Amino acid sequence: MSRGKEIRNQIASIKNTQKITHAMEMVAASKMRKAQERMLAIRPYQDKIHHVIQHLVFAHPEYIHVYLQDRAEERRVGYVVISSDRGLCGGLNNNLFRIVLKHIKDKSDSGLEIDICTIGQKASNFFVRLPVNHIGQTVQLGDSPHVHELIGTVKIMIDAYKEGIIDSLYLAYNQFVNTMIQKNNIVKLLPVKPEESNEELSHHWDYIYEPNSKDVLDNLLVRYVESVVYQGVVENIACEQASRMVAMKSASDNAGDIIDDLQLVHNKARQAVITQEISEIVGGAAAV
Amino acid sequence: MSITIHVDIVSTEREIYSGLVDAVFAPAVMGEVGIYPRHTPVLTPLKAGVIRVLVNGKEDNFYISGGILEVQPHVVTILADTAMRAADLDEAAALKAKLDAEHVLNNRDTNVGYAEARVKFTEALAQLRSIERMRKIAKNY
Repeated sequence: MSRGKEIRNQIASIKNTQKITHAMEMVAASKMRKAQERMLAIRPYQDKIHHVIQHLVFAHPEYIHVYLQDRAEERRVGYVVISSDRGLCGGLNNNLFRIVLKHIKDKSDSGLEIDICTIGQKASNFFVRLPVNHIGQTVQLGDSPHVHELIGTVKIMIDAYKEGIIDSLYLAYNQFVNTMIQKNNIVKLLPVKPEESNEELSHHWDYIYEPNSKDVLDNLLVRYVESVVYQGVVENIACEQASRMVAMKSASDNAGDIIDDLQLVHNKARQAVITQEISEIVGGAAAV
Repeated sequence: MSITIHVDIVSTEREIYSGLVDAVFAPAVMGEVGIYPRHTPVLTPLKAGVIRVLVNGKEDNFYISGGILEVQPHVVTILADTAMRAADLDEAAALKAKLDAEHVLNNRDTNVGYAEARVKFTEALAQLRSIERMRKIAKNY
């Protein structure tokens, strides 16, 4: 019965794995709910700051801020790439990295240099190995990140943009559509572009800036970029949990399939042994 | 019906207030401003203080730690900060993120112990921040 015991051991070990993946699925499901709530909580802020920025693009200030200006030629581009800290979440991170790489390749083929800031352990591990300029990182954000944890990374990029080191800034993250669908997304953060023409604001007007337009716009656009990055991080966490939930569900299902198959093999082996024993006994009795 | 103006007060964590009001008063950096309907467009940072909203002669108060005020003729948007900020703290955070990246680049093998150390460091930093915040509040009152 040594074969039978081997199979039983194998079944037991797969059952343990299945318990783990099932537990991870449950945990991911409950974390996903919380992550979704957080995602919805910042939406009003995101909407409003977006409105303000779009108004601003249509204003006619006497001083054109660097954030709103198109640079004549692009020499260097910056990326902020958001990933999860942990793995076991399906192809989420790798799919994102693939499109980022493609994007980077397009840029570097046309002679541009690349600066990268990463958020999340996986992105940091991945981009460290590549021949790109890795200028900043934030890792171990946990499940409920706070805006101030992102300020550092974002400031590096904004400063680089302000000083003219990079000429545009992109953000790559996973967008949460629903539990089954996560869309990897690359958006251009800087320079800020108007999205649609706005009739109401097309006449000649401008804000009153207090104390002066430069300080106010500095202030506002830093917050804008931060809030977009923060939203990216929060969405990415929701995606991570959703993707992990799906991945773990299919892992549990696969474990179940393997257990069924093994059980069948085990039963057949057991039956074969019994049949053999009976035929031996019958053969022995016949010989006597 | 009296002339009203729509006010939205939002922070990154939630929507704080949204509705039609008669007037709103906010602590702008250059001094408190009162906004009535059809105010000319204004964009200004806010300092820590109280936003007062006037509805039908009644006042509602909201405490904010800073933010940005945008006025359009028919809508006022207040983007409240949640993170306490100070120029030097921003600087320190930026420096830290940079050093982190460099450190990992230089010591690719020590990832595990390093991650732990980093978590501790962030905690310490968070504590420093809350101390700073306490100090500021104590100073204001």
